[in-house]
Amino acid sequence: MNRSFHKSQTLRFYDCSAVEVKSKFGAEFRRFSLDRHKPGKFEDFYKLVVHTHHISNTDVTIGYADVHGDLLPINNDDNFCKAVSSANPLLRVFIQKREEAEHSSFGAGSLSRRRKALALREDGPRRRAHLHIGLPHDFRPVSSIIDVDILPETHRRVRLYRHGCQKPLGFYIRDGTSVRVAPQGLEKVPGIFISRMVPGGLAESTGLLAVDDEVLEVNGIEVAGKTLDQVTDMMIANSHNLIVTVKPANQRNNVVRGSRASGSSGRSSDSAASRHSLPATPALLPLQPDDADSDDEPDVVLEGVLEPPRPAPRPPVNGAGPASARDGPAHRLLSSLRADPRHSLALPLPPGAVEEHGPAVTL
Amino acid sequence: MRRFLRSGHDPARERLKRDLFQFNKTVEHGFPHQPSALGYSQSLRILAIGTRSGAVKLYGAPGVEFMGLHRETNAVVQIHFLPGQCQLVTLLDDNSLHLWSLKVKGGVSELQEDGSFTLRGPPGAAPSATQITVVLPHSSRELLYLGTESGNVFVVQLPAFRTLEDRTISSDAVLQQVESSQPGGGQSRAVCRLPEEARQRRVFEMVEALQEHPRNPDQVLIGYSRGLIVIWDLRASRVLCHFLSSQQLESVCWQRDGHVIVSCHSDGSYCQWPVSGDAPQPEPLRSCMPYGPFPCKAITKIFWLTTKQGLPFTIFQGGMPRASYGDRHCISVIHDGQQTAFDFTSRVIDFTVLTEADPAAAFDDPCALVVLAEEELVVIDLQAAGWPPVQPPYLASLHCSAITCSHHVSNIPLKLWERIVAAGSQQHTHFSTMEWPIDGGTSLAPAPPQRDLLLTGHEDGTVRFWDASGVCLRLLYKLSTVRVFLTDTDPSDSLNVQGEDEWPPLRKVGSFDPYSDDPRLGIQKIFLCKYSGYLAVAGTAGQVLVLELNDEEAEHSVAQVEADLLQDQEGYRWKGHERLCARPGPVRFEPGFQPFVLVQCQPPAVVTSLALHSEWRLVAFGTSHGFGLFDHQQRRQVFVKCTLHPSDQLALEGPLSRVKSLKKSLRQSFRRIRRSRVSSRKRRPAGPSGENGEAGAPAQARPRPLQGQEGAARPERAGVQSMELAPVQRRIEARSAEDSFTGFVRTLYFADTYLRDSSRHCPSLWAGTNGGTVYAFALRVPPAERRMDEPVRAEQAKEIQLMHRAPVVGILVLDGHNVPLPEPLEVAHDLSKSPDMQGGHQLLVVSEEQFKVFTLPKVSAKLKLKLTALEGSRVRRVSVAHFGSCRAEDYGEHHLAVLTNLGDVQVVSLPLLKPQVRYSCIRREDVSGIASCVFTKYGQGFYLISPSEFERFSLSTKWLVEPRCLVDSAETKSHSRPRNGSGPEKALDRTRNSGSQSDGEERRPGRVMEHALLNDERVLKEIQSTLEGDRGSYGDWRSQRVAVGYSLSNGGAE
Repeated sequence: MNRSFHKSQTLRFYDCSAVEVKSKFGAEFRRFSLDRHKPGKFEDFYKLVVHTHHISNTDVTIGYADVHGDLLPINNDDNFCKAVSSANPLLRVFIQKREEAEHSSFGAGSLSRRRKALALREDGPRRRAHLHIGLPHDFRPVSSIIDVDILPETHRRVRLYRHGCQKPLGFYIRDGTSVRVAPQGLEKVPGIFISRMVPGGLAESTGLLAVDDEVLEVNGIEVAGKTLDQVTDMMIANSHNLIVTVKPANQRNNVVRGSRASGSSGRSSDSAASRHSLPATPALLPLQPDDADSDDEPDVVLEGVLEPPRPAPRPPVNGAGPASARDGPAHRLLSSLRADPRHSLALPLPPGAVEEHGPAVTL
Repeated sequence: MRRFLRSGHDPARERLKRDLFQFNKTVEHGFPHQPSALGYSQSLRILAIGTRSGAVKLYGAPGVEFMGLHRETNAVVQIHFLPGQCQLVTLLDDNSLHLWSLKVKGGVSELQEDGSFTLRGPPGAAPSATQITVVLPHSSRELLYLGTESGNVFVVQLPAFRTLEDRTISSDAVLQQVESSQPGGGQSRAVCRLPEEARQRRVFEMVEALQEHPRNPDQVLIGYSRGLIVIWDLRASRVLCHFLSSQQLESVCWQRDGHVIVSCHSDGSYCQWPVSGDAPQPEPLRSCMPYGPFPCKAITKIFWLTTKQGLPFTIFQGGMPRASYGDRHCISVIHDGQQTAFDFTSRVIDFTVLTEADPAAAFDDPCALVVLAEEELVVIDLQAAGWPPVQPPYLASLHCSAITCSHHVSNIPLKLWERIVAAGSQQHTHFSTMEWPIDGGTSLAPAPPQRDLLLTGHEDGTVRFWDASGVCLRLLYKLSTVRVFLTDTDPSDSLNVQGEDEWPPLRKVGSFDPYSDDPRLGIQKIFLCKYSGYLAVAGTAGQVLVLELNDEEAEHSVAQVEADLLQDQEGYRWKGHERLCARPGPVRFEPGFQPFVLVQCQPPAVVTSLALHSEWRLVAFGTSHGFGLFDHQQRRQVFVKCTLHPSDQLALEGPLSRVKSLKKSLRQSFRRIRRSRVSSRKRRPAGPSGENGEAGAPAQARPRPLQGQEGAARPERAGVQSMELAPVQRRIEARSAEDSFTGFVRTLYFADTYLRDSSRHCPSLWAGTNGGTVYAFALRVPPAERRMDEPVRAEQAKEIQLMHRAPVVGILVLDGHNVPLPEPLEVAHDLSKSPDMQGGHQLLVVSEEQFKVFTLPKVSAKLKLKLTALEGSRVRRVSVAHFGSCRAEDYGEHHLAVLTNLGDVQVVSLPLLKPQVRYSCIRREDVSGIASCVFTKYGQGFYLISPSEFERFSLSTKWLVEPRCLVDSAETKSHSRPRNGSGPEKALDRTRNSGSQSDGEERRPGRVMEHALLNDERVLKEIQSTLEGDRGSYGDWRSQRVAVGYSLSNGGAE
C-alpha cells in the first residue's frame, strides 16, 4: 500500500516525479505527495486519504480542483490518474462527507460559482466496479439533467455544455402537433420537436435528447406560441449554454426519483402538469439575464496597432492601380487569430497589443 | 444595481413614455398595388381607385386622400360615385355591392362603409342570372340600375339596398317590345329578320352598357353584348327605340345633348347612331374602324366629346391592329385631324375624361384624360397643343424601376432643397403646365414642419429624390448614374422617336419601365450629407460614386480608382459578375448631382455598407470581402482591409455562381431521389447498407426527411411519403468562425472619439461584420490648410470579436452626456450642440441578437440587452431617433428605433438599453417589407407594402404626417366650404391623435409583396435544405437569407 504513497512532511527536497497533494476536509488540511508517474489505484488513494484525515469510519467523496478551477470528482482509477498527472504543481483535494456532498456539485466553473443550482450528481456508489467514466482526457460535463425535483416526471430539463468542447450541438428541430389535456378534453396544439440528431454531435452523445422529443422551453422561456424560426434563433443565441426542457417521446427512461426526492412534486402532479406552465428554477426565471451574463464568454478585444496598414501607393488617379501587397506572415497570423479567438489568446501577440480576457462587468 | 433599476414601474416614467411614444400607421405613399377599378366624380372632383385586395383609395387635391378596406379581400371591379353626392358604390368580384360615404366627423371627412348588398335571384336561378356586369347610379340619387349576365336589369333602392322587383327590366319584356315595334312584316324584311334569328340564339346575353339620358332622367339606354341597344322609357316601361349592330357590343357613349349615341365593338369598330323618337330602328350615321382594314382588337370603351370649337374628341381604348400591335396597351385620341395612340407600358385598367362638370353646359370641352394603368396613373392635358402629360402630385410610381434601397434625410436646409428642386424642374419640362385637374376637397393638414427627403435607389441605376415632408410623396429630382458607365444601350438614342408618317401614331407615355439594361447598375446604398450637398451612392457591381451638387450643366471626366479588397490573397477566384466599364473621357452631366469620383471594388461584389464624412472628405465602403476608405478631396485611397475568412469560399464566388450551384444541387437531389427509387426497388432486401461510406450511424437513428444517398436505403414508399410531407427543419448550431459570409461588412461609422487614450480624441472609422467582428481605425486627417498636401493616415486601433458572433448591424458612439455624436458639419452649422468631449465616451454595438455598451477608450463591456436569447427575435434595422414630447415643447430624448425580423418596432432607451415600447408593425412573413424599412431621425419610418407603395408610420407623438381633409358634397360646397385651412386646423389639433390611433389599428398589416427573385431563392434554398439534410445546413440557409436581406439594408446606425 505504501509502495507509492509516502507521507511527505515537506517538499524541501523537490522531486520532479513527486506531486504535492493538499487535502482539505472541513477546515483541516493535510499535505502529502504522490508519484506523478505511478499514482497507483484509486482504492489505495481513498484509504490513504481517510487514513490521513482520521475519518476511516465515514463515507466521503473526493474531489479535486483541475487547472481550470473546476471541482471534479475522483472516484475511479481513470480520473484519479488524470488528477495526479494534471496537477501543476499542487493537487488540491477536497473531501466531503457523502451526505453533504449530495448537495454540492462538480462541474465546469463549479468552484467559482457555487451558487449555481445546477447539480451534477455523482453516479452511484463509488465502488461499483462496472461503472466506467469515459475518456480520461475529458472530465468536463457535456450535459446534465437539472431541476429534476421541480419538474413533472414527464419532463426533462437538459443542459448542454458547449463550453470548451469542439463538438457541434448537432440536432435539428421541426414543427409538429402535440396533444394536451385541456378542460374540455384532449386538444391538439402546435409544438416544436426534435427532428434529427447529428451522429457524433453533442446532443446525441449525451443520450438525453432524442428524435421526436417535444421542446417546451429554451433557457427557461416557454416556446409555446413561438415559430420554428424564433425557437431556432433562441437556441442559437443561447448555444453557449443551452438549457432545453423537453417532453421525451420515450417516457420509459424517465429519471426515477430516489426515496429522498423532494416530496413537493410527487407523482400526483404528472397528469396535470402538461397543461400547466412549468415550474422553473429561480436560477433560470425570470431574472435569468443576471445569471446568464456570467455564463457568457466575454468578447475578445484586441487593442493597439495590430497591423500597421501601409498607406497604399498613390495610385494614378485615372488608372486602375492595384493596391499594394500586404505583408504576408503578419496577415496570416491575423487570419489565424480570427479563425479561433480562443486560441488567439495563447498566441504571441504583436508588440504593443493588449489583450483582455476578463469577465464582463455587469451593472 | 440592475435589479434595483428593474424593480417595479416608475409611474413618472410611464407617463413620460406616453408623452413620447405612440404608434400610428399614417398614410400610404405611392401607387396602389394591383389596381382593378377607377371611378371619378365630376362634381366632387375626386378620383377613386380600387385594388384587387379590396382597398378603395380616394384622391382629390394634393393632401386629400382617403382609404377604405372592404372586409373581404375580393377585388374591386367597379367604382361609381352617386351623382352629386359624397357617396360611392363599389362592386367586388364576389358580386357584392358596397356603399361608402364620406362623412364629416370633428371637422374632418372620413370614408366609411355604410352597407353592403348581394343581388339574389329567385331560388333555383342560375348564378349568372344575378351576376352584375354594369352598375348605373341614377341621377335621382336613390336608385341603382344593375345590369346582369342574364340580360335582366334590376333596380335597387339606396341607401337601404332594397330590391324593387316590380321595376326590373327583364330581357324578355325588352325582346317582346322590340319585336312588336317591328312594322308588321312591312317595309324592311332584312331588318326585321335579325331579331327573329337572334332570338333563337339568345340575342340578349349579358348587359354590356347602361346609360342614363344626359338630359332626361326617365330614359335609360341598355346595351346587350350581342349588339342590340335599346332606349328604355322608365315611366312607361317601354322601348322607345332600338339599334342593332352586327358586331358584339363592348361599350356605349351617349353624347351630351342626347341626340347621338356611339357604340364600340369587339371587331375594333365604332358606330354613331342618331337618336330620334321618329324612327324606332335607325340606321347608323357612320361606322368606322380606325385602325382597319386588317383585323383589329376590340375597342373596349369610347368617349365622344363635343367642344366649343365644334370638332369633337373621340377617345377610345384598344382597337389596335391585331397582328402587329395587338399586344400594346393603347388609348387613342382623335381630334381635329390629329390622332395619337398613347402607348402604355402596362395594361390599361380603365380611363376617364375630365370634362365640363356642369350638366347644363352645352359642350363637353374635355380638359384632361385620366388613365389608370396597372402600374401608374397617367394624366394627359387635352387642351395644350401636343397633349403633354401632367405631373401627378401623388400616386407616384415608386417602382418605375424596382426599388433596391432607400435612405431618408430629415430636416433639409432650405438652400439645398431649393437647389434640388431647381435641378428637378429642369427635368420636368416635358410636363404640361396645367394645374392638377383633380382638386376636390380641402386639405386641413398643417404645413409640414420641416423638409424631408426620401431617396430611393433603383435597379436601373437611378436615384429618385422624393419630397417626403407631407402626405403627398412627390418626385423632386431623378439622378441617373448610368451615364458614367458604358452600357449596351446608348442612353442618347431614344426609343420614342417616331417618324411623322408612322401608323399607328404611337406615343409612349408614363414612366413605368421595369426593364433594366444591366442589373449591375442597381443602387444598393445611398448616403447624402445635407449640409455639404455631397452624395455617395454605391451599387451592385462594387461601384461607389461620390457626387457633388452643381447648378450648371457640366462636362468633365470622372476620376476612377480601383480598390482591391482581397489584397492579393491567394487562391481566390471571383466567379460573379464583372465590374462595370467606366466611360472614358469627359462626360456631359445635366444640372444636379454630378459624379466626380468612381471607386470600383475588386472583386466587384455588391456594396453592403457605405458612410460619408463630408467634413473630413472621406468615404468608406464595404462589401462581402472587406472595406476601404477613400479620400475624395485628394482622390486617393487611404486603406483597404480584407475581412474575409480564409475558409469562406462561398463569399468569393459571387452571387451568380451561387444560384447556379443551387440549381445544380437541386437537380442532383431530385436525380438522387429518382435513382434511389429505382435502386431501392431492385435492392430492397439488401438491408440498410448505404451506397457509400455513410453507413456509420445506425439506420434507425436516421431522421425522417429525405437525404440524398440515404434515401437509397429506404423502401420506396417511405421515400415518397416523406417527400410529400418533408417537414421544414432547422439546424441548431452555434455560430462559428467557419460560417460563410462572416467577412461581409454590415455597417460603417465615422466618429470623433477617444479611441486610443482618454486624453486625446481623434477621427475614427468603425466597421462591423456579419461574423460579429468590429474593427476600429484611428484616422489622422490633416488640418484644413494642409488638407491637400498631407495624406490622410489610418491605423487599426482595435478589433472586437463578439463571442455570440451575430452580425453587427449598428455602431454608435455616445458622448459624455450619453447623447449620440452629431452628424458631420452639424455643429459647424450651429444646428447641434457640440458633443461633450469631457466625460467618457461609450460605444454601442448592436448585433442582430443583442445590444451592448462598451466603455471607451478601453473597450470593456458595460451593459447589454439580449433580444434573441429572450424573445427569439432579431434586429433587422436600428437607428437613433429623437423623440419629442407632445406636452413639453422643448423636451426630447434620443433612443434607438428598432425593427425586428418579426416585424415589431421597438424603442430601446439610450444609454441604459431598456426596452420602452413595442408595437407590431409589419407581418413577419413580409420579408421584403421588413427589409425595406427605413427610420427617420424623428421617430417615423417607411416600409414597402408592395413594390410600389410605402407605408408611413410614426413612433412619435410629435411628428405625425397624415392626411386630414374635408370633402363637401356639391350643394354644400357653394356656401359652407372653408376658404382657408388655417381656421379649423388649430381647433382640430387635439382630436388628431386619438382619431389617428384608431385609424392605425383598423388598418390591416401590409400585404406580402410579390418579389419574385427573393421568394424564389428562399424557397429553393428551403427545398434544398430539406432535401439535402446535412449539406443544406442551417448555416447555408441563414447566410442565404442574409444575402437577400442586406440588399435593402441601409448602412446601419445613422
